[in-house]
Amino acid sequence: MFGPLDQLGSPPTFYRFAEAALPWLGGIAGVLIAAGLVLGLGVAPPDYQQGEVYRIIYIHVPAAWLSLLLYSAMAVAALLGLVWRLRLTHVFALAAAPVGACFTLITLVTGSIWGKPTWGTWWSWDARLTSELILLFMYLGFIALQEAMANDRLAWRSGAVLLLVGWVNIPIIHYSVEWWHTLHQPASILRLGAPALHSSMLIPLLTMAVGLMVLAAVLVLQRMQAELLRRHADSNWLKEVLQA
Amino acid sequence: MMLEGCGSLLRHELRLGWRRPHEVITPAGFALVVVTMFSFARGSGSDGLAELGPGVVWTAALLSMVIAVENMYSADHEDGTLELLLLSPAALPLLVLAKTAARWLWGAGPLLLAAPVLGWMLGLPTAALPLLIASLLLGTPTLYLLGAFGAALLVGQRQGAALVALLVLPLGIPVLIFASSMLELHAAGMDIVAPAYYLGALLVLALTFLPLATATALASNAAD
Repeated sequence: MFGPLDQLGSPPTFYRFAEAALPWLGGIAGVLIAAGLVLGLGVAPPDYQQGEVYRIIYIHVPAAWLSLLLYSAMAVAALLGLVWRLRLTHVFALAAAPVGACFTLITLVTGSIWGKPTWGTWWSWDARLTSELILLFMYLGFIALQEAMANDRLAWRSGAVLLLVGWVNIPIIHYSVEWWHTLHQPASILRLGAPALHSSMLIPLLTMAVGLMVLAAVLVLQRMQAELLRRHADSNWLKEVLQA
Repeated sequence: MMLEGCGSLLRHELRLGWRRPHEVITPAGFALVVVTMFSFARGSGSDGLAELGPGVVWTAALLSMVIAVENMYSADHEDGTLELLLLSPAALPLLVLAKTAARWLWGAGPLLLAAPVLGWMLGLPTAALPLLIASLLLGTPTLYLLGAFGAALLVGQRQGAALVALLVLPLGIPVLIFASSMLELHAAGMDIVAPAYYLGALLVLALTFLPLATATALASNAAD
């Protein structure tokens, strides 16, 4: 069923693939992020209500998207790992968790910095802030569980179940918190019909989003390589790759 | 046959608790101490105590749940009972459910009995006490199912309550929200049906799926 995917899932093939892809991806990420920053901080017009402050959106929103995207990707990897025992899924989840946790933290910190001038408060127990904080706890829980278990195979079985249960819970937590209390502005880009953001602001935002996404891919690939180095330290294929 | 196995496991667990009351009462005692400590920590005077009361009781229930479930499989894991449970013809998720039910009866039962006292200590109006008990009755089983899952993830590990708390408490937030909004709406004289239904829905969801996840985690950890 996963013919080509399974082949890429073999450690030597994947290690070489990452080795070849990383310079390209790094270059693309650098160009996109540089372009996004120039467009976002220089070219895009100031907001008619919030003035220059809104420009933090170019970090805040892509980081928020990535925090959810990475957790979802980890949950998909968990499913693949539990059901089809794909070998590389654990390596991916281990590599992605700290990256996702960092983006979650960036979202919280930039949101807090944005909240102070616009809402007049660093923190509010509002639906999306709170959900994001809980997402951070869920990342930390997964990382702590992986650290606690010495056996890689068992750690992944437990971790994968935890990721799936957590993933199912994200919408429940989100809507319960929303029901509880809300102050955050509603989502303005991912909604039906025309986006509420003008294209002069939307284009830099999407550039930054894609750039940071590629950056996340670079970070995850590098961490996956490091994990493969750890796991296969005395294998022959690694010697070949490293000497080549 | 399958239900018989669960029934006898439930009776076994309850009898174990009955024979070692000091162990099973500990979580409820812990909850009492938390509530008492809170009253001291917020200083003298009773302003606003009644407003915070339900939240304090619920936080204590949440924390005591972690204490109650944290080691729920460890004795069985050490003496091999867990492996026999895995081998038994009864379905593992149902056995998990039986064990969780026993933990809940021993952990949350005393708390439910003590809830009126806790409520009075915190200055809740007597009219709110039945509702506090009802919210605990509807919400704590969901928490115990979550806790049983968290404990199953860590069977055979040295890590204890702190990690279970980190894994499980974030997932328990919806329960906390709906339970406390039940009491909040009641205090404001409004209809409490909506959060009560949500609490019930969460319980049904947890009852349906969590034993399956718990059984998966147990099977992989205990088979090692």
